Amino acid sequence: MTLQRTPLFETHAASGAKLVDFGGWEMPLHYGSQLAEHHAVRTDAGMFDVSHMCAVDVSGAVPKSFLRRLIANNVDKLTVPGKALYSAMLNSSGGVIDDLIVYWRGGDNFRVVVNAGTAIKDLAHMKRVAESYDADLTPRRDLAMIAVQGPNAREKVFAVRPDWRAAGEPLGVFFAAEIGDVFLARTGYTGEDGFEITLPAEQAPRLWADLKAAGVAECGLGARDTLRLEAGMNLYGNEMDETVNPLDAGMAWTVDMKSDRDFIGRNSLESNGQSHALLGLKLLDKGVMRSHMKVITQHGNGETTSGTFSPTLGFSIALARLPLEVKPGDTVQVDIRNKLVDALVTKPSFVRHGNPLV
Amino acid sequence: MNIPADLKYTSSHEWVRTEADGTLTIGITDTAQEMLGDLVFVGDAKVGETLKQGDTACVVESVKAASDVYMPVDGELVAFNEALEAAPETINSDAFGSWLFKVKPAAGASVSGLLDAAGYEAVVSAG
Repeated sequence: MTLQRTPLFETHAASGAKLVDFGGWEMPLHYGSQLAEHHAVRTDAGMFDVSHMCAVDVSGAVPKSFLRRLIANNVDKLTVPGKALYSAMLNSSGGVIDDLIVYWRGGDNFRVVVNAGTAIKDLAHMKRVAESYDADLTPRRDLAMIAVQGPNAREKVFAVRPDWRAAGEPLGVFFAAEIGDVFLARTGYTGEDGFEITLPAEQAPRLWADLKAAGVAECGLGARDTLRLEAGMNLYGNEMDETVNPLDAGMAWTVDMKSDRDFIGRNSLESNGQSHALLGLKLLDKGVMRSHMKVITQHGNGETTSGTFSPTLGFSIALARLPLEVKPGDTVQVDIRNKLVDALVTKPSFVRHGNPLV
Repeated sequence: MNIPADLKYTSSHEWVRTEADGTLTIGITDTAQEMLGDLVFVGDAKVGETLKQGDTACVVESVKAASDVYMPVDGELVAFNEALEAAPETINSDAFGSWLFKVKPAAGASVSGLLDAAGYEAVVSAG
């Protein structure tokens, strides 16, 4: 099977990126050192090619009714054009098909951004649901997306694109502005400030080159994973999948059951409820926790869902699905290659805006 | 690619230097560090133990994965480079200058069965 390539593939190849298969896409793992790239984002500014994700534009007569049915969070919260909402999209058993962000673009226009590895499945599901609603779905594979993240990210973006400052500077977190054919969103997957910039594919290489010349570090998937895990952000396929409900994946805050809105999967969630806690682990010795490691607790066994060495903190951290009785402050043991190593249970977030939380 | 001619190699990407006193100094190759990525831990060295060729001598761990480093010959693991514990990333920047452990070969054990530079290059090229 040939791997798919983003509009920035040639740029990555020319930069000497180490390219790997990520969900069927040929993507940069790093450009030399994933640790250096991680630190660049925490201390200055780094950029990621996230064009493999898929933007789906939703329009039609009443796209809001469609979205109210489709996702577990409530699009009625999008009260201002440009506002964004993070949500799970569930199957009828309450399992997570994908996590995504929805933006209201004003009027009857919404943009949904889904993960790369699940895009085909997501679109098929969305189309099936859309049949009952007057909603049009347009996957936007003509667009590229660059995430610029870090304390200096926004300033560097404005430095290379000064005409974006007027609309971009006042943007609050989780809001987007449209400037010509550029979609500038103050969102990200690192725990730092920054923008995710969606733009026509042919404009992406020039923007990437300009940002690089302005000192923004090129960053790959390796750094993306250590950054998001430090920030306590879920990765679809690890913290949740179609067999895991959002309540067990630490996503209860994204599930809106305040009204009697009948979204897909609601009945199952109400029947099954939450059966596990998603918590953080800090390893208390040398070594690195990975996903799918057994966790031994006083209240029964659990499992790590993601693990890594935290470059900012200097020790290993993990997210883990654990028995409900386990609480932050407890000590547990993680089976690392048949050796039991002590770990401290923490809240599922380790670094925010460059500062340690654990 | 960087494969010094004066060393011996294994197909599991260890390099081996025979010292004047007959002991062996062992590390991992530049190819190995490139495959592993940024190293964050080295350790679990079985110092003082008598091991067989192919036994795990110590472990190197990168952000990506943990990897066993193997004994190239039968012998006693006599030393581990503890300086690397504080700075495992020196292996990434200088793989051939960063020794991991030293071995006193068992009687009759020989490095003649190991790969030379050309043999190792063939292993690496085969991928």
